[in-house]
This record gives sequence, structure tokens and C-alpha cells, in this order.
Amino acid sequence: MATYSTNEFKAGLKVMLDGDPASIVENEFVKPGKGQAFNRVRIRNLKTGRTIERTFKSGESIEAADVVDVEMQYLYNDGQFWHFMNPQSYEQLAADKNAVGDNAKWMKEQDVCLLTLWNGVPLIVEPPNTVILKIVETDPGLKGDTSGGGGKPATLETGAVVRVPLFVQNGETIKVNTRTGEYLARA
Amino acid sequence: MKNKSSGDWRSTATLEVLELRARLLQQIRAFFSARGVLEVETPVLSSAAATDPALASFTTRYTGPRFPHGQTLYLHTSPEFPMKRLLAAGCDSIYQICKVFRDGESGQRHNPEFTLLEWYRVSFDQHRLMTETTELVMSLLAPILKLDPPERVTYREAFLRHADIDPHTATVADYTTVAKRHNIDFPKDLMTRNDTAAWRDLLLTHVIESKLGQGRLTFLYDYPASQASLARLQPGNPPVAARFELYLNGVELANGFHELSDAEEQRLRFDHQLHFRAADGMLGVPIDERLLSALEHGLPDCSGVALGLDRLVMVASGARTIEEVIAFPIDRA
Repeated sequence: MATYSTNEFKAGLKVMLDGDPASIVENEFVKPGKGQAFNRVRIRNLKTGRTIERTFKSGESIEAADVVDVEMQYLYNDGQFWHFMNPQSYEQLAADKNAVGDNAKWMKEQDVCLLTLWNGVPLIVEPPNTVILKIVETDPGLKGDTSGGGGKPATLETGAVVRVPLFVQNGETIKVNTRTGEYLARA
Repeated sequence: MKNKSSGDWRSTATLEVLELRARLLQQIRAFFSARGVLEVETPVLSSAAATDPALASFTTRYTGPRFPHGQTLYLHTSPEFPMKRLLAAGCDSIYQICKVFRDGESGQRHNPEFTLLEWYRVSFDQHRLMTETTELVMSLLAPILKLDPPERVTYREAFLRHADIDPHTATVADYTTVAKRHNIDFPKDLMTRNDTAAWRDLLLTHVIESKLGQGRLTFLYDYPASQASLARLQPGNPPVAARFELYLNGVELANGFHELSDAEEQRLRFDHQLHFRAADGMLGVPIDERLLSALEHGLPDCSGVALGLDRLVMVASGARTIEEVIAFPIDRA
């Protein structure tokens, strides 16, 4: 079992916390001049996404988590799993609903996603920061109701709904920021 | 990943901060010179080391004339022991500004080598030395920071006020309850070990420190006897250690004692600390027998305090990390 001592703690280090894989967000060494040293750590549970604070005695060791990030190409969804392929090794992996979560609405075949694997199994799937998607449904009216901030809702080919400017029409492709869900430009 | 061409040969401190540092050093020397306190220098390398389990010394080795077969030497964690030998040998009040070294300490407020100002005042008790510490720090900071009048709070008052717990009577179970109330996810083995001093350090660093010295100098004094370190005990119920610490804006700046002068009591504390180190699997270190001989000869009644100069520059310049006030921290050393 690989372990890390508090001396190895730094942002991004992957460790096991209460049986779940977790990532260190922030590590602070605190010590009274003549007293016990502690590491105050903010740490994100990679399964739940929740960040908590925990204190370790300096010098303690905790179990390392076998967590790696890999870029993989999204192939298809079979109704239950999302399938990906490593473009270098052609190795294929399937991610479940827990791993993909809300990001499913941005996933388009061929796009390269970032997969966080825990013991080789996808834990988190992140789409590219920006994606180019086709509008499948939007109100054609140029003079739409402008009370909603000067835009209108548009449904994209992946099922996501984003607000687009009034001049954007059905069948057009647009560039969207997947982190904010905002329209960026026509593509 | 460090980029070799990223410029890490450069200083992490700005020129302005280095100038402030130099100015403060001059002012400190002028302050003590005006008061007739003698500047001294003592060895950085010592054949003995601090036994305090909270301090880890660097070791090195000398081989050559006088020690043809080599001699293990420890880099001092503070100049306290040789300065007390000077006092016992007849020096009146003395001060020293020097680099000290502590293994294992690196963080926002820690660098393994740092600068201490340490001074001893013959015939001062802890309160008189707190007064002089205030005079020094206020003379240095008053032109830079707007500060409220200083305050003195006993260690007990601070714990009662900010953590609602009495540090002289609380049990491990009491500390556990308070830590949980403050949402501290504490190390499990603190619960199984009957080490209330470690619990107090946990609450101090996690709950209390950030509330100390907000816009003013706050002295914490009268420490629990088990944290006396090198301070003498004062009779009372319970007896407390004549020890103080200075905080400003949540940063621990200084630690002072009405110095223990009883050689026998000092030896008992050293032995006790060495037992604790052994039980904790820490490195054993040689006791400073020359200090004990000096105490047997007779240490004048005195108080001493060590002030972290880097921390002082941090507070004076508004720096968040110690790296901003030293030219080259450990990862650029």
C-alpha cells in the first residue's frame, strides 16, 4: 500500500479519505513555537465532489489513491454506459451515470474528454471546456421577447438547453462554454 | 513542476521589503544600545541540543584539529543555552540577532532557517519584560501600522473567551467536545493519547490564534505548568508557568520566560523530555551539561524573550507568507 506523509502534501495530491478517493486542495502547516505541529488540509472527495477540512498531526501518513487523469475520445452511449477510447492505446473504457452526471448533456461523439480514473475505473468525466454543437430546436422569431435578457432558449443536439442571441437559428452550430453553460459564438 | 528557466534564482522578497528589514534591524540595535543592553554572539554549532520534543535539530559533523575522529554537532534551534551561560558568567543584560534552524518546519509562517532576536534582562520578571517588548515593537511598528493599546490576557482567559474551555482543568473528553463544536476534524490518535498539551495546541492554532492581537499587541501569559518549557513555575492553584507569548494580527511573534534557574529542576525537565522523545520514536539528543553547570554556578534572576524577526517583517509589511520577507526560502536556498 503506497502512502504519503504530511511532508508530501500539496495541492492536487490524490489520497484515500475514509475509503473514498480524494484530492488535496490546500495544505497549511501550523505549529506553535513550542508545540505540536499540524497540517490543516482542505480536501475534496472525488466521489461526492464535497470539500472538507481535516487536520493531521505533522509526520502522519495516509494511504495514496490510485487516481490518474487521462484524455479519451467519447465513442457512444449504449443507454446505460458511456464508452470511451484511449486514442494512443485504443483501450476502451465504460463510464457509468455517476461518473458522467450532468456532463452527459455536453457529450458529443468524437470529442476528447478528460477522465479521472480510480483503480482504472472512470470516476469523473469532464467534457472539453468548449464544445461545438448543432441547434435542433429554437424559436425562429427575430423579434422574440427580450425580457429574458435579450436571448432565447435553444435545444442542442446533445439535449442541453442554452440561451442564444435572437439572430441564431435552427440548424446552426454554435460554440458553448461547458463550465458555465453559456453561448460563446456561432461556429 | 519547476521550470529550470523560470527564474527561481531570484529573491522572493521585494527590494522594498528587504529595505524595511534592514531598517528594522538598525532600529532594534539602536533601541538596545540606548538601554545599555550588550549585543553578543554565541555558537550556531553546539555539541548539545534542545531536548524539547517540539523542536528538531539539524545535525552536522566537524572533523579536524581538536576532534580528529569527528564530532557530531547540532545547529542551534535558539541561542538560549549559551546566552544563559554568559549571564551566569557575569554578563548583565544581553541581546543577540541570529539565524536559528529547525528541521521539519516549512509553511506559510515557517522556514527551516529563520532570524531570531533574543534578549535577556537581569532582574526583570515576565511582566516587566512584556512592557519592554511592547516598547520595542511599538517603536518599530507605530510609524507603519495603526495599533490599538496593547492587552495582556492569561492563557486561561483566552481559552475561556474564545473556546469556552478551561485549559487548566479540561479533560481529553472536554477538548474533544469543543473541537467537534468548532467542526475540527482532528487526528484520531489525539483522542487515544492522554496528551492535553497537544489538544491545547490544536485549539490554539485552529480556533484561538486567529482572534488574538487583532490590530493590537496581545500578550498571552501564565501558561499551564506542563507547557512551562524553560520558564519557572509560580505557586498558585493551579501553579502556572511564568511564560508569555506575543500575538499581532493572529501571528505568533514572540515567546518569553521568567527563566528557570534551578539546575535540578532543569535536569528533571530535560530527562522528562528525553523520555517523551524516546516514547515517540524521536531522535535522542545530548543534554547541555554546560548549561546545567552554569545554572549550578548561579543564573541571575532574569527574564528572556525570543522574537521572530521574519514574522515581525511579515506583520509590518502586510505579507501573507514568510517567503515574501526573506530573500531565499528553503526551496531556493
